[in-house]
Amino acid sequence: MNAFRTILGKDLRTELRTLESIPAMALFAATTFVLFRFGLDRTSLEGSLAAGVLLATVLFAAILAINRVFVSEREQGGFDVVRLAPVDGTALFAAKVCVLAIYLVVLELIAVPLFALLFLDSAAGLAPLALVLAMVDLGLATIGALVSSIAINSRARDLIAPLLLLPLLVPVMIAAAGAAEPLLAAGGPSYDGFGKWIAVLALYDVVFGLVGYAVYDFLLED
Amino acid sequence: MNFRSPRILPWLTVVTLTAGFALVFFFAPNDADQGFIQKIFYLHVPLAICALVGFMVAAVQAIIHLRGGDSKWDVRSYVSIHISIILGVAVLITGAIWARASWGKWFVWDEPTLVSFLIVFLLYCTYYPLRYAIEDRERQARYASVFAVTAGAFVPLNFIAVRLAETLVHPRVFATSDSGLPPKMWITFLVCLAGMGLLWETLVRFELAAKSSRARLGRLRRALEGDDVGVAGSRIAPLAHGATETS
Amino acid sequence: MQTGVQTRADPGAAAAEAAAVALRGLRRDYGERPVLRDVTLELAAGETLSVIGPNGAGKSTLLRILATLLRPTAGRVAVLGAELPRGAWRVRGRIGYLAHQPLLYRELSVTENLEFNARLHGIDDPGRRIEELLGAAGLARRGGDAVRNLSAGMLQRAAICRALLARPDLLLLDEPRAHLDVGAARIVEELLGPAPGRTRVIVTHEIESGIGDADRVVALRADGSVAYAGAAAGLAPAEARAIVEGRQ
Repeated sequence: MNAFRTILGKDLRTELRTLESIPAMALFAATTFVLFRFGLDRTSLEGSLAAGVLLATVLFAAILAINRVFVSEREQGGFDVVRLAPVDGTALFAAKVCVLAIYLVVLELIAVPLFALLFLDSAAGLAPLALVLAMVDLGLATIGALVSSIAINSRARDLIAPLLLLPLLVPVMIAAAGAAEPLLAAGGPSYDGFGKWIAVLALYDVVFGLVGYAVYDFLLED
Repeated sequence: MNFRSPRILPWLTVVTLTAGFALVFFFAPNDADQGFIQKIFYLHVPLAICALVGFMVAAVQAIIHLRGGDSKWDVRSYVSIHISIILGVAVLITGAIWARASWGKWFVWDEPTLVSFLIVFLLYCTYYPLRYAIEDRERQARYASVFAVTAGAFVPLNFIAVRLAETLVHPRVFATSDSGLPPKMWITFLVCLAGMGLLWETLVRFELAAKSSRARLGRLRRALEGDDVGVAGSRIAPLAHGATETS
Repeated sequence: MQTGVQTRADPGAAAAEAAAVALRGLRRDYGERPVLRDVTLELAAGETLSVIGPNGAGKSTLLRILATLLRPTAGRVAVLGAELPRGAWRVRGRIGYLAHQPLLYRELSVTENLEFNARLHGIDDPGRRIEELLGAAGLARRGGDAVRNLSAGMLQRAAICRALLARPDLLLLDEPRAHLDVGAARIVEELLGPAPGRTRVIVTHEIESGIGDADRVVALRADGSVAYAGAAAGLAPAEARAIVEGRQ
């Protein structure tokens, strides 16, 4: 727990100092919204289209952070530092999951209001949407930390990470879109199948959390 | 099933598959709705089941590899995925033919099983670039096993998510319950499934045997030409260290 | 993952306990290329071992294996009484490793880096320990500087502070005097010098002082095989030079 907090604190402090990930993610999201505005030729979105645009944007913005989350450990020796210390390698994994989740929450605090401002007629569905996004963030962060630590030690890491991530994230996208679609429907939010999709997201988060916990030590070895 | 001699297995496979196809053409009745084309079901579904079970087998082999560190289990996991991907191509092709015949389209997005299979197939296709991107053999094996475990956990999750997302419109042969399929179709299906399972196992054994002889060749060549000669052959396929005798 | 595997009594454990480092037939390959071949040596606790050899002879690889960071391809490796790689978790935290890379985060200050390490190692009263080390290394006024702003010599000293932070029993030093001027080298000498209960393995390019300071020497050839392994007194500098220059 101590090691987890130490690593998490180190990462957040570094991000605050360098502003390497979050501003890039926010800028990417804003630009993507503008692209969708013209790509879809729509000035307002609702239902499945709204859910799709928002979730796809969050997902692609997440890839930016996922690509970077282990770079400092790799290039500045953080992996060695952790492995030389008498701490469980899983603390590093947990800290990185947490870092990614925090980045995504901050990103959404910027991107979702912007999205609502640009495309939505009513903000009524945003409160329950926050729960969906929180579950998505956890899933993205877990699978992101896992894939990123696989990709970081490979030669073409910028290529490998998205290649592995996208198919792995299909269930997250399905469940999140399923939950978000009725929330963003034109006639005001409804909760059609909401519980079912939240359950799928929860299952996904738990399963990959456990897989990550079980296999992470093998990724840390040299 | 444990066939000590590798010679029995191929013959058994040929016999079972031939029997299966004979049953398909001469024994199983034509489907009332779809007619003759429904018979591709006897090829398509066993292929898909074997491919998916193969992925699961690869995950179990990967777990054994990670726990014990014996590289022969990485070789087995690799071969299981390799053969399952080959069967996967066949699944997608037969699925497309069936879809074309039934609905007039090569691919249908509201068919959850087919969509799930496509996603799983795409995920497993990244297994090769992943191996290719890691040079150190030992690390390559370890990471590939981590991938196989992760992807193995992904397969059922993905099927749950996709199935929940779609309304069931498939010409479901098992439609409502098992009783939906006449006994003659069941028998034919089971024989075809057994044949396909044997085919998977045969291909795996052949591939393992080929790998271990290639590795032996590499060792011989190195012994002849000196230590620092690189091994010929694939950089991404794991080396079989002689321990992969096909027993 | 291997937690608890080592509980079974090992018949060789008693012998390994006496030696701080024991290698038998150690081999390490990168891909298909052997980097270290058949390295066998033993180092008693409190002794100093110098590792010499030409570039690419596997010196740094040997150090990384001893640091538990790299697993051996074959052979037996015991460090501080723990068999590697299985028992690595038992000796983590007891090894001080000075690598080519400083293993410091560039965006953090020297003190922040050391605090980070201290917390991972669970050191009591880290503030005083860090102050003491920075003072001894002549970095007392540089603690607040970001690592990326340090000169190469200061970076090396900061890295030495990191390696010494947890008062390790085994010091693994990869060219400890790299980037250091004469004055700094003298400061570092005191920090890294022999001390009671401290076992040292030093990779060095300086043959005379490398042999002179050591109890034992390992000389590696360019292909990763061992040219000499034994008491430092048994290897003449001229002979060592011939090995390093590839003439033997």
